[in-house]
Amino acid sequence: MLIETRPYKKIHLGISLGLTVFYSSAVVIIPLLGLFFHSLGIGVSGILEVFSDERIRSALILSFSVGLISALINLFVGFLFAWVLVRYNFPFKKLLDTLIDLPFTLPTAVAGIALTTIYSQNGMIGSFFDKWGIKIAYTPIGIVIALVFIGFPFVVRTVQPVIEELPKELEESARCLGATPFQTFYKVILPELWPSLLAGTGMAFARSIGEYGSVVFISGNIPGKTEILPLLIVTKLEQYEYEKATSIALVMLLTSFVFMFLINLLQERASKKLS
Amino acid sequence: MKKFTEFLNLKPTISAILCIFITLGSLSSLLADSTFLHVSFDPTRELYEEINKAFLKEWKAKKGSEFAIQQSHGGSGKQARAVIDGLDADIVSLALSYDIDSISTKSGLIDANWQKKLPNNSVPYYSTIVFLVRKSNPKKIKDWDDIVKPGVSIITPNPKTSGGARWNYLAAYGFAKRKYKSDEKATDFVKALFKNTSVLDTGARGSTTTFVQRGIGDVLITWENEAKLSLDEEKRSGKNTLEVVYPSESIRAETPVAVVTKTATEKGNLEKATTYLEFLYTKEGQSIISKHFFRPIDPAIAKASAKEFPNIKLFSLSDLGETWDSAQKKHFADAGVFDAIYKTQ
Repeated sequence: MLIETRPYKKIHLGISLGLTVFYSSAVVIIPLLGLFFHSLGIGVSGILEVFSDERIRSALILSFSVGLISALINLFVGFLFAWVLVRYNFPFKKLLDTLIDLPFTLPTAVAGIALTTIYSQNGMIGSFFDKWGIKIAYTPIGIVIALVFIGFPFVVRTVQPVIEELPKELEESARCLGATPFQTFYKVILPELWPSLLAGTGMAFARSIGEYGSVVFISGNIPGKTEILPLLIVTKLEQYEYEKATSIALVMLLTSFVFMFLINLLQERASKKLS
Repeated sequence: MKKFTEFLNLKPTISAILCIFITLGSLSSLLADSTFLHVSFDPTRELYEEINKAFLKEWKAKKGSEFAIQQSHGGSGKQARAVIDGLDADIVSLALSYDIDSISTKSGLIDANWQKKLPNNSVPYYSTIVFLVRKSNPKKIKDWDDIVKPGVSIITPNPKTSGGARWNYLAAYGFAKRKYKSDEKATDFVKALFKNTSVLDTGARGSTTTFVQRGIGDVLITWENEAKLSLDEEKRSGKNTLEVVYPSESIRAETPVAVVTKTATEKGNLEKATTYLEFLYTKEGQSIISKHFFRPIDPAIAKASAKEFPNIKLFSLSDLGETWDSAQKKHFADAGVFDAIYKTQ
């Protein structure tokens, strides 16, 4: 049987492309454009005015800072998990590997309620820390824990395949040439991994600043202290102030888009490097 | 073999067509909704389950026909927005008349004079705001004055996201305004109250969970029916850790109902919707209402269930010289009193 060869990329306006365009317009592009135009109703000065509010500014700062902290925690812990899962064999490894995806599939509200139960002052872990005068639930620490939970799979799942693909010879030759294990890791392995590490961390971060379901339960929602940005969107909607709500959403949307764009650039660079 | 490959080439097309059919199919099933829909707020779930059963029984006895009632529950403001945005509700029962007014003005689905259409300003039952405290009341909380003292930890939902929380807020504000005869002192009072608040959940049920299950706080400010429900739950599970405290006076929290005239007419449900809401005012409806710890307006039923509802002084929103519109603007809108509380802290 003769297999026809064809170029990898061709211009084709078939039904598959049509469907792709149709779905992405209906599901992503049109709703986002709607959001964009809705928030334009109050104009640029209106949007700026929304963000001149002290309460919104502090929510903005809180959302971004807890997002950054949790993303950094996920960077280290996620990398460790990916490394362990690829390089070591141990009982129940498959089970652990499956568990990592759980935050993706679990409704975030369920995660929030479960975390709050455990970390509140009469919960299993919370009561232990309460003895030392440390409160976890209803403080920014609680928010960070919720965000670490929901962002955890991103780093693991982006780094894991890259570690798997690392050629064994690379490390072996480094060791043969006299590098210490640390030098091998720092000078040979890490340069290969950092694009995917950064990509995973970036995704975890972008997800964190938009997270609502799990955070509202554990944060306590005190304005200026533990109130996050997505909650303010809900607050504005409750007052039927659609434009203000969408303008907060717009700022979050733009931030997420910039992040996803940078992440895609990084990943492209990473895949080029590997091939 | 050639035929087979042709068939393979066809497959994406077939699956594409299937995809379109599935999408259209699921969309149309969403659109074609001929059932009777009642959109309500959170704490009435159990109440309306029972009301529906009783009403359908009566409807069948009188008209000989049957139909199904769908219930939708959620935060009052969220439910109102859903109706404005096109949720096909035939009737709404919400926590604040402000939310029904908003549906009326923003979408025109409800007649502007909806409050005049049913007895008692379309309020078939009401409730009030009380305190839930820990057993034997360790902080000696008797009245509103006691909860604003330093060292008392209060749990109440966020007035920006919860209709019930707005009643809580106005109850405290109203108490102070009536006692100290000054707007400024009343504002200071709610300021002190929110200074003592350690968790602001997004809804009344969330606050109950925080207080009862998580053990946070000394006092929960909540609906009377929600407080009684918590005691009931405890009784059922054999626990005894909570107490209800009635303040010296509180607000008359009126929870109105309305027919979504335009939608109900379009769906041919106008008669059902009107009869349903009228049923709430009947003896049977009122006694079910009192069973679920909402205060009935029927004098006879109210007298029969007086034991459940201690006779405390209740002031209404109009006693404070406010309408929902003015209260919303003054207290809860952007740059209102509530925002100012957190700005100065």
